Amino acid sequence: MSELIGRELTLRVNGIDHPVEVAHGRNLLSVLRTEIGLTGTKEGCDDCECGACMVLLDGEPVNSCSYLAAQAVGREITTVEGVMRGDELHPLQRNLLDEGGVQCGFCTPGMIMSATALLARTPDPTDEDIRIGLSGNLCRCTGYARIVAAVRRTAQEHGVS
Amino acid sequence: MSLLIATTVDDALAAMAAGARPIAGGSDLVVGARHGKAPLPDSLVAIDRIAELRALDVDTSGAVRIGAGVSHHLIESHPVLVERFSALADAAALVGSPSTRHVGTIGGNVMNASPAMDTGAPLVVLGASVELRAVTGSRTMPIGELWIGPGRTAASPDELCVAVHLPAPASRCGSAYVRLEYRRAMEIAVVGAAASVTLAADGTVTSVHAALTAVAPTIIAVAGLEHLAGATVAEAAVAVGDAARQQATPISDVRASDRYRRHTIAVMAQRAVDAAARRAAGERVPVPVNRALGIGAATGGPS
Ligand SMILES: Cc1cc2nc3c(=O)[nH]c(=O)nc-3n(C[C@H](O)[C@H](O)[C@H](O)COP(=O)(O)OP(=O)(O)OC[C@H]3O[C@@H](n4cnc5c(N)ncnc54)[C@H](O)[C@@H]3O)c2cc1C
Ligand code: FES
Ligand code: FES
Repeated sequence: MSELIGRELTLRVNGIDHPVEVAHGRNLLSVLRTEIGLTGTKEGCDDCECGACMVLLDGEPVNSCSYLAAQAVGREITTVEGVMRGDELHPLQRNLLDEGGVQCGFCTPGMIMSATALLARTPDPTDEDIRIGLSGNLCRCTGYARIVAAVRRTAQEHGVS
Repeated sequence: MSLLIATTVDDALAAMAAGARPIAGGSDLVVGARHGKAPLPDSLVAIDRIAELRALDVDTSGAVRIGAGVSHHLIESHPVLVERFSALADAAALVGSPSTRHVGTIGGNVMNASPAMDTGAPLVVLGASVELRAVTGSRTMPIGELWIGPGRTAASPDELCVAVHLPAPASRCGSAYVRLEYRRAMEIAVVGAAASVTLAADGTVTSVHAALTAVAPTIIAVAGLEHLAGATVAEAAVAVGDAARQQATPISDVRASDRYRRHTIAVMAQRAVDAAARRAAGERVPVPVNRALGIGAATGGPS
């Protein structure tokens, strides 16, 4: 059934329904951060270039700064808050810390979301697969090698599911 | 001010007849509106959940119907497209980043009508046609007739692009799309060239088609290649490169000067013919061919 979306809509984020009231054309990133209060997802460029705002929509990566909140109705949205296992870090998070893949940390949530989507699809990626999987995420600190190493190690541990 | 999430083509067409603008992935429409290119339309109809538009079908003759809502990701990873319509898979694999390829659709790409769009030149050399539908009826036209200027199509505002149709390729036919890029992701074509080549049993060329990206106000087909029947692949590659250089009318912008574009389009066209001929001869050239050719940084970080 086709559905007309007005100002009042419900977004399902990390398994929880959030009713929100938003203006036409509002982007998903700003609704996640300011209406729902999930500030793990970052705003870098706000222009679909840097990947800091990456979230998953039904498991696939999306730049939430440039995606309409209204278009996400009825989809399962996953943010970095949703990858924690209770109080436990997700293996990707732990490996990013252990490998030194986090410096200022601003790119980290977006990296984690892109890497999660990659590993779900390609559980045993080559380094080339990892670089392609992360190619929409900029990091201005690490030089990427340690981030790639963290994803590789996570895959080797079969830590993702 | 509203967004209708349509689940059928008929609902989408009714909304468009009432003035709504279709949005698929939004990777041109929303990004453009945020750049201030054009305000976001007040009335939108989301077409990304219409099953008919998401379908990709191969019929028994080998012809393919790609629904307008098919993502670049599906195109770059679909075995039949990779194998038999390689130029299109080459192009889809170069679009943006994984997220761009998941949200971005072929319908959005062709209807946005950018002269730098990557799927356009491959669709031209593969002989594609585009199916448009409105409440009042439907029509199909050769894809090259769709683009009438930068950002402008022959479709009227109430016409939905429903699908792109690709005829079955001849046997011993191969295709490739090569684009000049300065980096390997999140890039726009500096220039690009697609070629499709059919070979005779003795390895000479039976026919060759080429089309060019980002050297004219729209994607253009290279004209006057019929005389290359009977040529060797090497001769054809040089001739297509020369024709591309002559027929290009590039502009200068921040990405490249017109002179540089005119020079590099010949190189890209020549490489596209060469890669297409290798595929026609049965060689496995991985998608995207840009990587095998080492275009963009050969190694190093994702930026
Ligand atoms: C970071 C980034 C990188 C990019 N890289 C590339 C690249 O490398 N190569 C490239 O070619 N493009 C690139 N693009 C542009 C864009 O992603 C593609 O053109 C994409 O295919 C657009 O599809 P969409 O579904 O997102 O279109 P939308 O933004 O939803 O729509 C685009 C236009 O087409 C209309 N439209 C959409 N679908 C239909 C339909 N079925 N019928 C009628 N009208 C329709 C819309 O009304 C709108 O005017 C990039 C964009 C971004 C943001
Ligand atoms: S904030 Fe969305 S891509 Fe940079
Ligand atoms: S750690 Fe600072 S941007 Fe990546």
